[in-house]
Amino acid sequence: MDKLLDVENVSISFIQYTQGLNQRDLKVITDLTLDISEGEILAVLGSSGSGKSLLAHAIFGILPENANLNGKISYKGKELSQEDKEEIRGKDIVLVPQSVNFLDPLMKISDQAIGHTDSDEERKAKKAKQREIFEHYNLGPEVDEMYPFQLSGGMARRVLVSTALLSNPKLVVADEPTPGLDEKTVQETLNHFKHMKEDGIGVLLITHDIHAALEVADRIGIFYSGYVIEIALKEDFTGDGENLLHPYTKALYKALPANGFNLTKGHQPLHGEIPNGCPYYDRCEMRFDRCKDERPELLDLGNKKVRCFKYEEGA
Amino acid sequence: MELKGTNISFKYPLAKEYLLKDINIHLDNNKITGLVGDSGVGKSTLCEILSGYYTNFEGTVELDGQKLPEKEFCPVQLIYQHPEKVMNPKWKMKDVLEESWNVDDNLLSEFGIQKSWFTRFPQELSGGELQRFSVLRSLNPKTKFLIADEMTTMLDAITQVQILDAVLKIVKQRKMGFLLVSHDMDLVNTICDDVIYFNDINGI
Repeated sequence: MDKLLDVENVSISFIQYTQGLNQRDLKVITDLTLDISEGEILAVLGSSGSGKSLLAHAIFGILPENANLNGKISYKGKELSQEDKEEIRGKDIVLVPQSVNFLDPLMKISDQAIGHTDSDEERKAKKAKQREIFEHYNLGPEVDEMYPFQLSGGMARRVLVSTALLSNPKLVVADEPTPGLDEKTVQETLNHFKHMKEDGIGVLLITHDIHAALEVADRIGIFYSGYVIEIALKEDFTGDGENLLHPYTKALYKALPANGFNLTKGHQPLHGEIPNGCPYYDRCEMRFDRCKDERPELLDLGNKKVRCFKYEEGA
Repeated sequence: MELKGTNISFKYPLAKEYLLKDINIHLDNNKITGLVGDSGVGKSTLCEILSGYYTNFEGTVELDGQKLPEKEFCPVQLIYQHPEKVMNPKWKMKDVLEESWNVDDNLLSEFGIQKSWFTRFPQELSGGELQRFSVLRSLNPKTKFLIADEMTTMLDAITQVQILDAVLKIVKQRKMGFLLVSHDMDLVNTICDDVIYFNDINGI
């Protein structure tokens, strides 16, 4: 399996005005590292408002102007510049956005799925392709002529997914594809991702829904306070969570209603209040003295990764 | 204490068909009830009717035999899924919370709210932090019944436990009624004593 996307030590900060002309640099993502191979689904799991959608924006080069991006994003081994991103987005790498709000409310579905065309032939070819894919996702010819407001939540999701697949992408980035949908539609959406995986497409699933992540992903990256603190295998989320490494991941797993509904105190420090040392220091049960001031790096343990001193050799 | 909806029917003004038809629902404060159903069937609309947001429906809603007041504080309080949509973006959190009542420090720490958040605007807090305010705001001493419409759907599992744990403590202590609307059957089975399936009570 070839590696498709490699995200290394990416950090994103924003310049914000506080009062008058005073500016501050607000770090939202401090250290994000992950990789996706062909035919693999990697979920990035983080609470809402934690800034994980910015990862998608960074990959596509659509961060706002006051954002500052550091670190390395490579596609098939080649580091991407802003120009590269603009070149391959919508072709090799596509985005499945969060909601129907991303569709143009005044444009018919089929027109916006096809997008801009230069000639009549191109238009016909694209139209045929679009019809074929829409058919595959159970969207009849009548949908082509509809406007977004006429779609149900599930149909809108199918439109977004099939539009994304129009360009035969190698990598699909899905930003929060499941909230606000009922069980049936969630299942349907997740099945789409499973099919993409079978077709050899790499999928990056950005979500806060742990059930969705566990259902389809091969590996799950846990995002906490702007860091990836662990990349675990799906199989590790079983039993008492004894195979999970980071204390936060363990606590998260045990807080699920089906696994005990265990209470863990404290809150996730967010933008601007993140301590110097380990972001989980305040809540950690197995912390060392050095965790207070020293920040652990993401340790590579073969097929998993964890950001914790406890798993360092000799510790 | 009993919250009772009798023969509730409702359709949106321009709709041809009824969304809710002849719904009878009895809730009391002796048990925690869960309400489950597919999206788009009208669960949220029913919640809004039960908490006095609509008046243009057929049937009656009564709390202990009394109609819900139209002008003063409503003893049935509704908590929505998205806290950022129910707060004035130009108010600081202190004003947002104290619009309802003055909360003592014990309760603040029980809900994991830090005093330093008081001077921030809603957009400067995360969804989980905002939802703590939203819940605590609804727990005015005059509140008798709480309806949580997908209250924790957008939150991570740990925050979900924290918030529900704090709410249920108060609900038991003050002998309030509590209705939980959720898609998550594991959650409903964990905290509810009784489950109502929406399709069973809706006469469509």
